[in-house]
Amino acid sequence: MGRVVLVTGVARDLGRRFARQIAASPAVDRVIGVDVQPPRGDLGGVSFVRADIRNPIIAKVIMREHVDTVVHMSVLPSAGSSSRTAAKELNVIGTMQLLAACQQSPDLEHFVLKSSTSVYGSSNRDPAMFSEDMNAKHGFGVGFVKDINEVESYVRGFARRRPDVRVTTLRTANALGAGLSTPTTGYFKLPVIPTVLGFDPRMQFLNDTDLLDAIEHATLADIRGTFNIAGAGVMMLSQAIRRLGRPALPLPSFAVGAVGSAMRQARMADFSREQIAFLAYGRGVDTTRMREVLGFKPSRTTEQAFGEFAASLSPGLISERRVRAAEEALVGALGGRNQIGELDG
Amino acid sequence: MGDAEIIPIGTRGKPGRGTGSAKPSSSARGLVAKPAAKRAPRTKTPSAATPDGAAPDGAAPDVEPAETPAPASSRDATIPAPRQPLHQQVPPVAGAHPEPTVGIPAVDWLAGFTTAAVEVFGDNWEPRLAAFLAFLRRRLTGDYTVDEYGFDAEITQRFFMTAIRPVAEKWFRIEVRGVENIPPTGGALVVSNHSGTIPIDGMMTAISIHDHAHRFLRPLGADLVFKLPVVSELARKGGVTLACNDDAERMLRGGEIVGVWPEGFKGIGKPYSERYKLQRFGRGGFVSAAIRTGVPIIPTSVVGAEEIYPLVGNIPSLARLLGVPYIPITPFFPLLGPLGLIPLPSKWIIEFGEPIRTDEYDEGAAEDPMLVFNVTDQVRETIQQTLYSLLMQRKSVFG
Repeated sequence: MGRVVLVTGVARDLGRRFARQIAASPAVDRVIGVDVQPPRGDLGGVSFVRADIRNPIIAKVIMREHVDTVVHMSVLPSAGSSSRTAAKELNVIGTMQLLAACQQSPDLEHFVLKSSTSVYGSSNRDPAMFSEDMNAKHGFGVGFVKDINEVESYVRGFARRRPDVRVTTLRTANALGAGLSTPTTGYFKLPVIPTVLGFDPRMQFLNDTDLLDAIEHATLADIRGTFNIAGAGVMMLSQAIRRLGRPALPLPSFAVGAVGSAMRQARMADFSREQIAFLAYGRGVDTTRMREVLGFKPSRTTEQAFGEFAASLSPGLISERRVRAAEEALVGALGGRNQIGELDG
Repeated sequence: MGDAEIIPIGTRGKPGRGTGSAKPSSSARGLVAKPAAKRAPRTKTPSAATPDGAAPDGAAPDVEPAETPAPASSRDATIPAPRQPLHQQVPPVAGAHPEPTVGIPAVDWLAGFTTAAVEVFGDNWEPRLAAFLAFLRRRLTGDYTVDEYGFDAEITQRFFMTAIRPVAEKWFRIEVRGVENIPPTGGALVVSNHSGTIPIDGMMTAISIHDHAHRFLRPLGADLVFKLPVVSELARKGGVTLACNDDAERMLRGGEIVGVWPEGFKGIGKPYSERYKLQRFGRGGFVSAAIRTGVPIIPTSVVGAEEIYPLVGNIPSLARLLGVPYIPITPFFPLLGPLGLIPLPSKWIIEFGEPIRTDEYDEGAAEDPMLVFNVTDQVRETIQQTLYSLLMQRKSVFG
């Protein structure tokens, strides 16, 4: 008999795609997708339950369907449309209710939380690479950082109360993908990219298919614990913006807040306080445990994930093609006979 | 004091000898001839003043328009000419007849540019210029890699190091001793004294290790470094990371040469009178990091950095207000403004001492506070003694 998987947050792109992917797995019999809103795309063989995880109905669904695996994917930063308090309500209270429902269910064996590397926050006191046993250096921060820390602590509490349930937490880096719509992709899609003046943060990215594969791996493999999930290597924000060929707009940190709130109103990108801290100080996570304990290796490095994402966008003003053309013209005009490609590296 | 009388003293801004009278004396009138002469006719007889007043007024508008359009038109004529050869339109312009009205023909610009390239890159300028342009293109399109600490080896080697090399070689005339103590491969912990108000000694140690031992020094910086705009960006790219045990051990395990200045702000911010006296060496965290990773500690003594900005004063209240450890006052700063930021050209000696091995200690040694304190003291004493002997050998501060 195969597994019965309940996936929360299927209205969002990543949740819906994950639900479809796990439904195709031979080890899984049934997949039930839960969300407040109906999903925008095709759910395939996934049965959809329109329910709020803050509602006790979710407990009935888990009991009646004999759900043995819960994949909690609806912990998300507040999007431009919803307010902070609404996001906090959904993230923290939603998780509490879901865990309460899970605790009553005798059939439950696995619980997978899709967390985020945002849990570490961003500050000038951060080590270069966070490993799983470290905490945010600036207290538990504000906004989404605080939410996700609370969510993780509730999940740890659940793991203590139900030791028979295998609990796995995946702290995933920012996902990038061609069709993906998240605050991060929204930021990089801006025609002129605002940055914090005088700071160049380190960033890690994860290809969206790698993210889904990692959650599938964690769902099906019987490994408990907390794992950082990110593509290998880091990129500087300035480097990423140059690869997009878009102009950067360095603003003093207080001005980023003002510009950001205007953009937030226009639903263009997310510039919350924790996001501005991230744009100033960046973050890197250590992925040794992901490779050695979880046994998962992303197919793309940070640079490859970003490269694929950049290729899916229309090239910016200072695209590589134009820079190359200008260089060739200049070398040509000066009578250089050298092949430009030979000089790389 | 009720019957005190105010006695007018001084002129209250009026020309005169301080008599208090409204009318200036005749000699004083002579001193301020022009405005007095101008004002006087206007108030008395307007008819007589008009030819006098109109002449300067009329002259000014005549002069101004005559001057302003002239540079504007000449700029209009010359500026497009130099711009053209820089763009892709060079071959057609160079081949076709250059317009006679244009200031300098494009061919001349091209010839001038070629001569300049020969000047800068030497005779073999073509491939070197092409390589430089390729470098520029790689930077512009983000086609380079940084390591997980944000260290950008290319820009460090080709830009930062090139920029500070003349300072190290010509200004401070750094003499490097004991380079053989820096291992050619594998991790090592360079522990050095800290001085000089601004951590220039760190940069100089880094370039000395790069030029003489051909390895990159990876300094550990205080959290303040990563809080300051621009400084934080340059520091990460130059290979600095946060001074914490996690980062230090991670880098040492990765086989890097890590630089640490355990005196911290106590060292660079100490007054000139306490020069070459080592301050407390933190909590010895660097020793436990070295013991855990089993890398050698290289005690490094820097002589000369104390004299670059002699710190004679501090404004603690302002420093607290700004959230920085100290506000330096040197004999030239802030007295001479930006000029006071030029470091004094003291003669530097950097000596890398004999490595102190830590791989012989067993596993739990890093947790033994007594052992850690002993090793810390050993490192501190070695540096202090080397400093004294180097000071004895140095002929003079600027020699």
